[in-house]
Amino acid sequence: MEGSAHPVARHPLDTHAPDVVRVLRDDGTLDPTNDPGLRSDEVLTLYRAMVRARLLDERLVRLQRQGRIGFHIGCKGEEASILGSAFAMRQNDWIFPCYREFAAALWRGMPLQRYVDNMFGNTNDPVKGRQMPDHYTWKSGKFGSVSSPIGTQITQAVGFAWAAKIRKEDAAVLVYFGDGATSSNEFHNGMNFAGVFKAPTVFFCRNNGWAISVPTERQTASETFAQKGVAYGVPGVRCDGNDLFAVVKVTRDAVARAARGEGPTIIEALTYRLEGHSTSDDPKAYRPEAGLDSWRRLDPIPRLRRYIERTTGWTDAQDKELETELDAELQAAIAVAEKTAPPALESMFEDVFGELPWHLQEQRDELLRGPRAKGHGH
Amino acid sequence: MPQMNMVQAINDALRHEMRRDSRVVVLGEDVGKVGGVFRVTQGLFDEFGDDRVIDTPLSEGGIIGTAIGMALYGLVPVPEIQFSDFIFPAYDQIVSELAKYRYRSGGEYPAKLVIRTPTGGGIRGGHYHSQSPEAQFIHVAGLKVVCPSNPADAKGLLLASIRDPDPVLFFEPKRIYRAAKGEVPEGDHTVPIGKASVVRKGQHVTIVVWGAMLYEALDAANQAAAQGIDCEIIDLRTLWPLDIETIITSVKKTGRVVVVHEAPKSCGLGGEIVALINEKAFLHLEAPPKRVTGFDTPFPYTLEMEYLPLSHRILPAIIETARY
Repeated sequence: MEGSAHPVARHPLDTHAPDVVRVLRDDGTLDPTNDPGLRSDEVLTLYRAMVRARLLDERLVRLQRQGRIGFHIGCKGEEASILGSAFAMRQNDWIFPCYREFAAALWRGMPLQRYVDNMFGNTNDPVKGRQMPDHYTWKSGKFGSVSSPIGTQITQAVGFAWAAKIRKEDAAVLVYFGDGATSSNEFHNGMNFAGVFKAPTVFFCRNNGWAISVPTERQTASETFAQKGVAYGVPGVRCDGNDLFAVVKVTRDAVARAARGEGPTIIEALTYRLEGHSTSDDPKAYRPEAGLDSWRRLDPIPRLRRYIERTTGWTDAQDKELETELDAELQAAIAVAEKTAPPALESMFEDVFGELPWHLQEQRDELLRGPRAKGHGH
Repeated sequence: MPQMNMVQAINDALRHEMRRDSRVVVLGEDVGKVGGVFRVTQGLFDEFGDDRVIDTPLSEGGIIGTAIGMALYGLVPVPEIQFSDFIFPAYDQIVSELAKYRYRSGGEYPAKLVIRTPTGGGIRGGHYHSQSPEAQFIHVAGLKVVCPSNPADAKGLLLASIRDPDPVLFFEPKRIYRAAKGEVPEGDHTVPIGKASVVRKGQHVTIVVWGAMLYEALDAANQAAAQGIDCEIIDLRTLWPLDIETIITSVKKTGRVVVVHEAPKSCGLGGEIVALINEKAFLHLEAPPKRVTGFDTPFPYTLEMEYLPLSHRILPAIIETARY
């Protein structure tokens, strides 16, 4: 470890600690104690979504390296945490994202084309090219709006859930954040308010070991992130975040608790960020490659693959077929997105306010009279 | 029409709108049982209950963050920040989240709050109970900023703010909470956002002012009148987007302008107003526009009446501008 800034954070064996909910055994069988009882078609649909997220991550990084998109922030290694938790939410529940959960947005019905449009910031981008790639929104899927500041979505999720409670409507809110966000003001505020007002919130901490280059032991001296709930009167639970079944189980339990009016839960999903923070980050500068192998062995996709192979006889040929199909779908979406025009110049001024005030009218007119009046890139 | 002070008028507006619209909720520190440290929300807790008039934990960031979530759900939260000096723990939520929500979500999630907060000096509150941070919100794309100077406007602007589609920072000049009294229309009464009020007609010098300093400007204008200088006073009422038309019409008439505000001089709203006048009425100017403002120092305690742009500082500026 000499010369390296930090050791590899956490040991994968942490997921074997007695308090960590774990269902999927290494041999692909399930521990019946906490088995959420997923149907095989549900598992296959989730497997497909996880494989699609992985494929998107790989292809989008390549697009960024080719200079065709500006940025990507992926979820490689965290697919089970993200899809298991999104799956466990009921239709009337809402999801408040961090920025690493595109797989949950797609799960909630955001069309792949819209997501890829967001990567290109074109005129069909749900956010009209106003934010970096991976800062999307999908209200019709009860999925919130992504921003970059850390933790800000946490208090908002609590307020949203609290409003549902005030209005006596049955809706819980799942809010995603990373281990780094537990150091933010908003984590404290959100946990505190949710505890006091029993807001039906599911705090989902993707503990992926790293906040860019800073490992978990630099975020907290607490033994776990789940135990932070104790101080707020919010029950905490840890699960193996690379175990789809465990994630579904603990999230369902938290939603049920919220729906019974018993208030929030904090879930700490033990997972691992297998890549850099984003395409702008090179983890080799702070994280020794050697330590990754043990986490790669816990990769949630091969683990789930062993289960479906055992239960459904899933074959390598079926994996190939799936990949070919998903890749074709993605390539088609990229081809369309790349050819779609950038947003119109005047769209820069829309949605700042409900109506365009005089000073923005003046500034818009000045831009439209200028040398780029025909639009960006002309 | 009943006579009210500012506190009563704002209370009346909140009560009126909460009766009319069950989505309106009030939350903040001490706003519930005790009715706020300035008693602005007095009696609302008894009438509407603790689901709609909510005493929160002591955290401005938590108040605004959760209020944004409530707004996204479809409620119309009117959070109170006890003093505008304490708004900064919520600045990230206001600047990066509230102000940007509609835009950054492509119009999917307009987030609408009215943040009420007592502002300004002259109450022996020292640095942390006296500042006027309006410019720090005006500079942020996506926020409207309002500051009434009298009870009727306070009620009318607050009702208009609550019904406006955009987030509004509603600054309440605490020095005149009880000192400013006047007739307030009963029942529904709105004053349009974005419209200034010409409170004194005049020919020689335009004074642009808002909030508690309006009364200082009126006092100075009365003294100037004794010296034959006829001031026109514009009470801005909405600080952003400001009523440029009223300002420019007046300046084109008088050719002379003094802008007065409590906030520090540099990069204050006065600077923006002067710049706009230069852009839009330069050839009508007969004298350099003047600013009479707080100083670029922290807000002092013992010397607060020397810091504030009171009439004794406004009058010389009027005379200098008129005689330039």
